[in-house]
Amino acid sequence: MILKSEYGRRFPSEKSALNNRNPSNLIYKLGNAAPTGITASFHALWVGLLAEGRMRAKMYEIVKAEKLTPDVIKLEIKAPHIAKKAKAGQFIMVTPTEHGERVPLTMADFSPEKGTITIAALEIGKTTKELGTLKAGDNVFSLVGPLGLPTHLHKFGNVVSIGGGIGLALMYPVVRAFRQAGNHTVNIIGAKNEKLLIYEDEIKTVSDEFFVCTDDGSKGHHGFVSDVLKKMIAENKKIDLVYAVGPIIMMKVIANITKPHNIKTIVSLNPIMVDGTGMCGSCRVIISGETKFGCVDGPEFDGHAVDFDNLTSRNRRYMPEEAVSLKKWQGAK
Amino acid sequence: MADEPQQPKQPKKIVPKKYPMPEQDPMERIKNFNEVPIGQEAQTAILEAQRCLQCKRGPNRKVCTDGCPVEIDIPVFIKQVQEGNFEEAIRIIRQKQNLPAVCGRVCPYENQCEGLCVVGKKNEPVGIGRLERFLADWERREMKKGKIDVPPPTGKKVAVVGAGPAGLTVAGDLAKLGHKVTVFEALQYCGGVLVYGIPEFRLPKEIVHAEVDYIRRMGVDIKNDYVVGKLDTVDELMQNFDAVFVATGAGLPDWTNLKGENLNGILSANEFLTRVNLMKAFKFPEYDTPIRAGERVVTIGGGNVAMDCARTSLRLGCKESVILYRRSDAELPARREEVHHAQQEGVRFELLAAPVEFIGDDCGNVKQVRAIRMQLGEPDASGRRRPVKILGSEFLIDAQTVLIAIGQSPNPLVPMTTPDLKTTKEGTIAVDEEGRTSKKAVWAGGDIASGAATVILAMGDGKKAAKSMHKYLTQDQSWPAPEVFEKLSCEM
Repeated sequence: MILKSEYGRRFPSEKSALNNRNPSNLIYKLGNAAPTGITASFHALWVGLLAEGRMRAKMYEIVKAEKLTPDVIKLEIKAPHIAKKAKAGQFIMVTPTEHGERVPLTMADFSPEKGTITIAALEIGKTTKELGTLKAGDNVFSLVGPLGLPTHLHKFGNVVSIGGGIGLALMYPVVRAFRQAGNHTVNIIGAKNEKLLIYEDEIKTVSDEFFVCTDDGSKGHHGFVSDVLKKMIAENKKIDLVYAVGPIIMMKVIANITKPHNIKTIVSLNPIMVDGTGMCGSCRVIISGETKFGCVDGPEFDGHAVDFDNLTSRNRRYMPEEAVSLKKWQGAK
Repeated sequence: MADEPQQPKQPKKIVPKKYPMPEQDPMERIKNFNEVPIGQEAQTAILEAQRCLQCKRGPNRKVCTDGCPVEIDIPVFIKQVQEGNFEEAIRIIRQKQNLPAVCGRVCPYENQCEGLCVVGKKNEPVGIGRLERFLADWERREMKKGKIDVPPPTGKKVAVVGAGPAGLTVAGDLAKLGHKVTVFEALQYCGGVLVYGIPEFRLPKEIVHAEVDYIRRMGVDIKNDYVVGKLDTVDELMQNFDAVFVATGAGLPDWTNLKGENLNGILSANEFLTRVNLMKAFKFPEYDTPIRAGERVVTIGGGNVAMDCARTSLRLGCKESVILYRRSDAELPARREEVHHAQQEGVRFELLAAPVEFIGDDCGNVKQVRAIRMQLGEPDASGRRRPVKILGSEFLIDAQTVLIAIGQSPNPLVPMTTPDLKTTKEGTIAVDEEGRTSKKAVWAGGDIASGAATVILAMGDGKKAAKSMHKYLTQDQSWPAPEVFEKLSCEM
């Protein structure tokens, strides 16, 4: 009925289109059925009805939603086209709703067989908290990927991979790929406490050597992941490559440890992005004094060349707005 | 046209000026994102159309239609408007033009159709652009939105990469000929620069969506969120399609490479406009994507994109919006109308000045631009006088936001993932006069082939390519020799 009233209206205002959000969502759901063959005429009909609103027919269905910790959501999303092409180290851009922001998120897994990809997000701001409320059967508005360059895979020898916090989700497919490429995988994972460790079992299964660290000592080594790395270096353990993914400060510390020993170190960066396809430069990072785009030249870079302080500063650009957005959303809930 | 009865010759008094286009008051409109020109009433459109002399093309006389990159039969549609037959008039436009509501707004008609208008020799030309806009708006309001009849399927499948002006033109033209077209678009909405670049107050997004819908209703299948090169490559597409058109645009922002450019608060025009237009940051926090302007915004550059940035900044609430351009007013590459609108709205033009360095505060935010005065020297390769620095004339401008609007380069993703696609030094895809590339059955057009140009030129490219693709799909599968493209890739 609302759609009918939109018909023939003179200059339907933007606002009226927004108010019709729910009925249109219904149409999107109908649109999920592939409009081919005998449904084609129905397709033409609803496509016609979409005219005044948003020109979108596709949404992406969540097949499984799971909380890994109280603040980490893991979502398995139907996206066969992405699952088929995804490689370790790549990311996707997700926009939860039509009003949402495009945010880059780690791909924690992908299965061409099941036609799904798995993302994990730390619920820290409005967008990720909103993702945290999604259940199986819900949809996300937009999902783009796989983006960024995949991890460079090669038989390096001894690869020490270090992950912290939400970085562990990305670390899992990367170390799995390192192992498949014939490397000896030494994996060090860390979190504030035992309860915040994610992907522990998965990473363990692809580890030749495995170390757990917690800041409070509730599990494994009482201290930082960097302590374990330092010890290995002190013991003259042969290390051919270090791979680090996690909080910026963790990656910076790791890079500073390996630099004097000339150990090649790859880090996976998480700058703020808008399109994620190389169009805007929101994600620019400084690598050996040169400007690079995190989205297309990365997300992985030589850890010894990254200007981490610039990245930290750039990632704080919109903190006041992020707080406003979160407050508004929490107020509305 | 020849069959039509000749208009009886009558001594006609030409109304010297265009009928006025109602506009939002400048001081009012800088507080909103609504469209600046409000649009004409039907009666005004008919009167405007009646200013047209219906002149015919002569051996030595060019007319409006000759200036149109997509060859709309302008006098023919205007005649229908004179008689109030809007439905027929828009039908005539639609034969050639797939996005009339867009081009009626953003075409530089003063240099094209209206530039050749005979009335315009002694008076103001007929307002062809605004008539096109009127008809497209009339159609969108008044006409049913059913399926659009297309000829029976030819059985040929075409892939279009990028749903910007060039891609949508090819999609529309080939669908009209009965080919099955699938468009692959990286962003969540279609329109390319029309949705991420051109601001709402120049081109409401609702209008772009409606135009895209028209193309969809011709049976074109559009796949959003689909990054060709990351998902299927062009080579993989060719396994399922008979022909491919690449129109991935000039999405890569150019930088000044000056000291301090990575400070917070310095954005490419692309980032700024994408946040505001595509992501609707001007409605933050109703929409989630943030944007911040601050007290003073300095935009570097003098093209249409720079005008869009400067005018958008005002609407985001900055106290002063400054354009820093290294040449003088006469060389501003932006359309005159855009410059005029910016001036009306109070944008300050700091001409003959170029940035030297960006200065930040302790937190890594930009606070000042160090700039230098310029003077014009000898003409350079572009024919414009080269700006030369005046030694010792450096000065500082405070700025909380700096927008870099000095140009865009071709998007490298498709050329990078399609090894046998020849490119030029500038990174554009080398194409012949029909838009054919070095790879058989692959065409390219729009900014990816021409560098950064205009919406209508991209559509003109699309038009040419669609013609060539139709010929290839239905008659003649010959292809130029590889040497042709070797030469093209060196020449440009």
